[in-house]
Amino acid sequence: MRFREGDRVRVRADDRAGHVRTPAYIRGKSGWVAAAHGEFRNPESLAYGDEGLPKQPLYLVGFRQTDVWPRYPGRPTDTLYVDVYEHWLSPEEGSA
Amino acid sequence: MTRVHDRGGWPGAGPIDRQEHQLADWELLADALVQSLASPHRGIIRIDELRRAIESLPSPDYESLSYYERWIAAVERLMIEKKIVTREEIDAKVATLGEECRE
Repeated sequence: MRFREGDRVRVRADDRAGHVRTPAYIRGKSGWVAAAHGEFRNPESLAYGDEGLPKQPLYLVGFRQTDVWPRYPGRPTDTLYVDVYEHWLSPEEGSA
Repeated sequence: MTRVHDRGGWPGAGPIDRQEHQLADWELLADALVQSLASPHRGIIRIDELRRAIESLPSPDYESLSYYERWIAAVERLMIEKKIVTREEIDAKVATLGEECRE
């Protein structure tokens, strides 16, 4: 597992053909690792009849709603949690 | 490009219908069919394959079909893709069943 709870991360911004589990609205957005779930077979390969190996680490990633939606009308502390596989994440620039 | 199933934040998508609704008999059958095809013992399809097939439906089909209609359309695609049945066999069976229902 490359990341630990509390690490700042950024979701890859690229658009990819095929089956992915990373919703479009968090691509390129920054958040933090809220929990490390463990390693699971990769749905991007399982979706085409392959075995989903090697397993991919999966994290619960938290995002401030105000970072996800430009005109978010709710409270600034409102948080969105999304399960994101490790290959979609990089360390946020400027964080350790 | 955002694909048809990836709807979070679509402008004008409107609120989510949170009402519970009664399932029709064919919807229960559709669910049972997928559960048995996707059972680890049989291993005929995976749920990730079902999701991929649903997402691959042409956009007009995706928009016009109900939840379990999408499942059925996706199962058809996967069964044909895996060469378990042909499109012709499915159409012939549907035609036969249609005639039986009219009798």
